[in-house]
Amino acid sequence: MSELRGIYTLWLREVKRYVREKTRLISSFVQPLLWLVIFGSGMRLTSLGATSVSYQQFIFPGIVGQTLLFTSMFMGISVIWDREFGFLKEIMVAPISRLSVFIGKMIGGSTDAVIQGSFVFVFSFIVGVRVSVEAFLLSLPVMILITFGMVSVGLTLASLMESLESFGAIQTFVNLPLFFLSGALFPLTYVPDWLRWVSVVNPLTYGVDALRIIILGKAWTPIAPLYYDLLALVIFDLAMVFVSTEIFGRRK
Amino acid sequence: MAQPEKHVIEVKGLTKTFGSLVAVNALTFSVNPGEVFGLLGPNGAGKTTLLSMLCTILKPTSGTALINGFDVTKHPSDVRRSIGIVFQEPSIDDRLTGRENLEMHANLYGIPVPIQKKRIDEVLELVELQDRADSLMRTYSGGMRRRLEIARGLLHYPKALFLDEPTIGLDPQTREHIWHYVSELSKRENITMILTTHYMEEADKLCDRVAIIDHGKIVALDKPEQLKAGFEGDVISVKTVAVKELAEKLRGSNLVREIREHDGELKLIVGDGGKVLPRVVEAAAEIGVYIEAVSIHKPTLEDVFMHYTGREIREEGGDEYHGLAAIKRRGIK
Repeated sequence: MSELRGIYTLWLREVKRYVREKTRLISSFVQPLLWLVIFGSGMRLTSLGATSVSYQQFIFPGIVGQTLLFTSMFMGISVIWDREFGFLKEIMVAPISRLSVFIGKMIGGSTDAVIQGSFVFVFSFIVGVRVSVEAFLLSLPVMILITFGMVSVGLTLASLMESLESFGAIQTFVNLPLFFLSGALFPLTYVPDWLRWVSVVNPLTYGVDALRIIILGKAWTPIAPLYYDLLALVIFDLAMVFVSTEIFGRRK
Repeated sequence: MAQPEKHVIEVKGLTKTFGSLVAVNALTFSVNPGEVFGLLGPNGAGKTTLLSMLCTILKPTSGTALINGFDVTKHPSDVRRSIGIVFQEPSIDDRLTGRENLEMHANLYGIPVPIQKKRIDEVLELVELQDRADSLMRTYSGGMRRRLEIARGLLHYPKALFLDEPTIGLDPQTREHIWHYVSELSKRENITMILTTHYMEEADKLCDRVAIIDHGKIVALDKPEQLKAGFEGDVISVKTVAVKELAEKLRGSNLVREIREHDGELKLIVGDGGKVLPRVVEAAAEIGVYIEAVSIHKPTLEDVFMHYTGREIREEGGDEYHGLAAIKRRGIK
């Protein structure tokens, strides 16, 4: 009971902080819009693995996935912030377990990332993707599954980093390969075999595939069946939460 | 369950080593209920390490510490619920309001929701922050933040409140303010407080008992008045350029009990200041040393401290070097 209250409290804190940060909210609109409009209209690919889908329609679920990935990773910064500004101490001496501290932060970061990912759906009409309310609601659990694991990665990396700068550097190293090799921007048909393996173990591949199945419907030829995608995400989440709590609990 | 202990804090042979460095060396002491207990020591004496062990942040290398009857290594959660902590560095969320910070704390410490609001108002009133409670913390001044942290430390009715250098980095006026709250608190809530400081005045003003710590050991422990009284006699301060020569001359005589030199000044610990002073001036004249100024005063805690540690704790802002050292020290942590 008291652990649950602790988790709730820490979740509420993350969400409050996020909602109050106006610049972050605004910038969260801008980046996906740039990708969809500028990149999406300038690029034309022929072999999309889908017959009746435009490139912008093709990348739309990919950009949702990208937004989720980047925001989730970025959430790790809260660990560094808390350490720099001393708030981590207040949490560390509180009578709740490290597991609860981690879970609270993770769900909080995940909530923020899902909110941000949902904003992207606002632009769906610009790129001519018709997303029904039903499809959006079905996307939500997929988005949650993507962010749980990704936020865990972000929090773990951040708790291992000594400074803000090194966290920023490592983020780029993780974000871009995961993004490029997820099939978000282009099908991985022509990618060499050794790189394709990266995409096979890349959780975002399954996240984006699941989102395409839901959003594009029959027009999209899935890489894997939906339940397979979801299973992959669940395994990823469980593994990451396990690893993260181990590492998170070890610090100090 | 906690038995009704005679002491709120009971420390036996507590030791912490970092590699070959012994930060806290077999400390033994106890703190009585309602007492304000001071840990006085120079930077790096082991005060914060000791406090961190009592707060369950650090694990002791050996020895035991009981807080409210709970062992810090065996029952850290019970210990955490029994104590409130005001850290040396700020530890609040400055993107939240004062009230939100308190609410969060109340939830983390499992204060029942029905009494939360009343208790929060109570502690806010105690530190006179009611009217600023709903402003974001980032708009608070340094002194207000400290006060909110003190309020937060008290929120969950702790048995003991730890204050780690509560007035470091605050201006003298704000410092007086915080002192006022702390002594007010100990009167009104009758709460046990453990306070680390390197300000003499702070220890003298606030603490019922003071432990002087140096190199991880307690070198003296008593009421401030007792510490000073155990130090019979007077202190003569002599300002001169020829500190060394005069000290040598006086050491040869049996006029003074103890001689310390620092900053172009000699501090002489003597029996009867009024009688010894003329002899000191004579002695200086004999060897042709020019004395710029002299003064006699009763021993202060500072003199006691110097006696036990052979060092002086300098007040902050005394010189630039010390200020830098303080910043560096805080940065390392």
